[in-house]
Amino acid sequence: MTTFSPYIRKPTSVRQVMLTVLIALVPGIAVYAWQIGAGILVNLAIASLTAIAAEAVVLKLRGRPVLPAIGDLSAVLTAWLIALCFPTIAPWWITMIAVLIAIIVVKHLYGGLGQNPFNPAMVAYCSMIVAFPSLMSQWPPAGGLDFQTQLDLILGGARNIDAITGATALDALRTGLRSGETTVGSILQQSAFGALGGRGWEWLGLGYLVGGILLLSRRVITWHMPVAFLVTLATIATLFWLVNPAKFASPLFHLASGGAMLAAFFIVTDPVTGATTPRGKLIFAAGVALLAYLIRTFGAFPEGIAFAVLLMNLCVPIIDMKSQPAVFGHKGGRQP
Amino acid sequence: MISRLFKFHGGIKPDSHKSESADFPIRPAPIPPQLVVPLRQNARAIAHCIVEPGERVLKGQRIGKAQGALGTAVHAPTSGTVVEITNRPMAHPSGLDTRCVVIEPDGEDRWIERHPIDPLDTDRAVTLAHLRDAGVVGMGGAAFPSHIKLGDGTGIETLILNGAECEPWITCDDRLMRERAAAILDGAVILCDLIGARRIVVGIEDNKPEAIAAMRAAAEPLEHAIQIVPVPTLYPAGGEKQLIKVLTGIEIAHGRLGSAYGVQCFNVGTGHAVHRAIRAGEPVVSRVVTLTGNVSNPGNFEALIGTPIETLLPLAGPKADTNRYLLGGPMMGFALPDLSVPLVKGTNCVIAASDALFPPPPPELPCIRCTSCARACPADLQPFELYWFSRSHNFGKAQEYHLFDCIECGCCTFVCPSHIPLVDYFRFAKSEIWARERDIQAASEARNRFEFRNFRQEREKAEKAARLAAKAAETKAKIAKEPDAPSADPENSPADAKKALIAAALERAKQQKAAIEPKNTANLSPETQAEIDEIEARRQEQRLPELESTPPGPDEGASEKQEPVR
Ligand code: SF4
Ligand code: SF4
Repeated sequence: MTTFSPYIRKPTSVRQVMLTVLIALVPGIAVYAWQIGAGILVNLAIASLTAIAAEAVVLKLRGRPVLPAIGDLSAVLTAWLIALCFPTIAPWWITMIAVLIAIIVVKHLYGGLGQNPFNPAMVAYCSMIVAFPSLMSQWPPAGGLDFQTQLDLILGGARNIDAITGATALDALRTGLRSGETTVGSILQQSAFGALGGRGWEWLGLGYLVGGILLLSRRVITWHMPVAFLVTLATIATLFWLVNPAKFASPLFHLASGGAMLAAFFIVTDPVTGATTPRGKLIFAAGVALLAYLIRTFGAFPEGIAFAVLLMNLCVPIIDMKSQPAVFGHKGGRQP
Repeated sequence: MISRLFKFHGGIKPDSHKSESADFPIRPAPIPPQLVVPLRQNARAIAHCIVEPGERVLKGQRIGKAQGALGTAVHAPTSGTVVEITNRPMAHPSGLDTRCVVIEPDGEDRWIERHPIDPLDTDRAVTLAHLRDAGVVGMGGAAFPSHIKLGDGTGIETLILNGAECEPWITCDDRLMRERAAAILDGAVILCDLIGARRIVVGIEDNKPEAIAAMRAAAEPLEHAIQIVPVPTLYPAGGEKQLIKVLTGIEIAHGRLGSAYGVQCFNVGTGHAVHRAIRAGEPVVSRVVTLTGNVSNPGNFEALIGTPIETLLPLAGPKADTNRYLLGGPMMGFALPDLSVPLVKGTNCVIAASDALFPPPPPELPCIRCTSCARACPADLQPFELYWFSRSHNFGKAQEYHLFDCIECGCCTFVCPSHIPLVDYFRFAKSEIWARERDIQAASEARNRFEFRNFRQEREKAEKAARLAAKAAETKAKIAKEPDAPSADPENSPADAKKALIAAALERAKQQKAAIEPKNTANLSPETQAEIDEIEARRQEQRLPELESTPPGPDEGASEKQEPVR
């Protein structure tokens, strides 16, 4: 027997870590299904099954043991994140293609679990929004569609989309502002907007926040990323808003809309593709927030978080390298 | 006075498993049929044997004389006959042999005449020599000679007594503090005076309330400034550097000694040994060892140094499904390759292990960069980065990321959700680097020797040629003889001819040397070369101090390099 110390291990595993994250997503999913549309549950199922199947096939082809790898639940987590950032009524095949890209191309072509430099869910999102920009920006008004209609849309019945769908709050805001006259204030009078951001969406943000707190308390993530992300987003939004409140939305609007909370606790915190040192995490998450704001406000896409994450993924090696913490005994302070 | 405690980064809270063995008083272990006393007492010192096979010895009689700067004496643990001086396997993961004195006890356990001393009345140097000759070393595991640690008696503000005992399962210090607090503190006071410290701070993990109470009670009547400080139970709080950090806030950099920062740390067991050596004149011939784990009768036993582990085990009654024995704690100990190895001064614990109690680790998965390991690392390292570098043999990078600051505490391996044996990689990387440094050193020595031989041969050749030339010149001169002969033609003068020839030879040797140099490194890839350069540069830069400067011999592996965590 050639094992060496330590001879005891904490009862933990990748599976347990992933399971904790999945559980932490549940409050958000519940709010989603209740406030925005139960169709999300169908999307989650489609995405999960696709992910598991893709993972199994790829592992088989790579000659790796299939069961333990599927058991680690990382593919399911990727699938859930994809489903959660896609439109509720995205047709089934779009979700499926996205998951296949995430699992096969982004994860396994780069070497599998732990090896991918880019966030799989975000690559999937970006590819789809580039390939199918209109399908990817059709959202139902929160709670505005009954389940049967959602199901029809997802499973590919005829789409008479414009009649029933709208854009997200962010999308409406940008289209509104682009069209000229209107100010933020007048756009926000529209019914698509709730008290803070998109109607129903602020509740969703709360659901993710609850999950995020669970992750923090279970020490799956550290405070650095969510705090840096939210603070940066709020700060830069405040700056622009103070300069011209007619043209720029309030910080609260930015925090409560789109995937801000999902991103803060579940997306920028992806361990594999994010920075790892405490300072690096702050820089990484702040960078995502900054880029996301700029893309949201000035770029070609309504939601900029996904692109921001990918851009920052590129910077991770250098961020990590430049932010190595001082080690024990080399921290300055009291030296003889 | 210590008014606040500090925190070290990371740390873990494994199940402590202390109660199994902590609730029974220390029991004496019987004298075994044979004692095997290693002459090597720590990684860098081996005692000079002064007994012969067949010689009768008394308990406490010196059988090995202190030798070398870090040497201490070795004693017969009981009275009996020396039967053999031979190589026996040592308590070490490699199970390599070392020279041992094998003694057959006569069962009388008769002491040699003992000479207590009064340290207040004795010259400091004499007291230090007394400690050396009593074989007093760190009982925490490192077995570093105590008299060396006492230095020159200046510059130390605080003497820290380590009673933290943070490794799970081990309770020998706990029991010692509960039962012999006064003796421990007396030893600490002696050490404190010898080192010139102003105060004594005893750090004990707060999961040992009885030990804390006993030590407090024993400190009460003493005049010295002694403070018993409960420290939070957090492995590795008993690591010397971690304990110093917790108690004083001082972080001692890798390769530096506490003395440079005005603190010095001794184990409570060492305090006890000092007390015995000074007050009773008894050298270190026994120690308390915890026998626990998968046994029916766990507890602490006072056993003679040199007692083979296998003769100790029956005292605790290992259960049937025991399949290996760990020496030391489960975090930093190792599985004994051979049960015949003897108990040594640094042996604090033997754990009977079964797969039920210590299940084999689940299969390894890829690193998911979750940073759990970095958050647990008491040395503030990024273990997963070190893991990548070690795995890819990128040792230069590993060193750049402070590989050698790793204390091998095992926290990172403990928490890793991917079950990666991170410390194994670090031990591997360290030993590879040491091996390379040794190779480089050996190569450069060989080169020097080679060059010198070339140079000598050339010089000899040149001298020979010069002699011949001189002779020829002489003959020529003789032939030319007659009147104009002695006019000194400078070019033909024998002395000058010799000089010129030597110069030419030296030149040739130099060229040869220049030709040799690249050849020696020609077959190295640029990466390897860069790595070597880097290692070299770091070595220069770090000026690895005393303790670390000698790469260990083959029988001194990683676990002995590290100050064990108690
Ligand atoms: S704990 Fe394990 S999986 Fe997590 S970063 Fe460290 S090595 Fe990687
Ligand atoms: S073994 Fe080394 S790297 Fe791992 S936690 Fe301990 S000091 Fe850090």
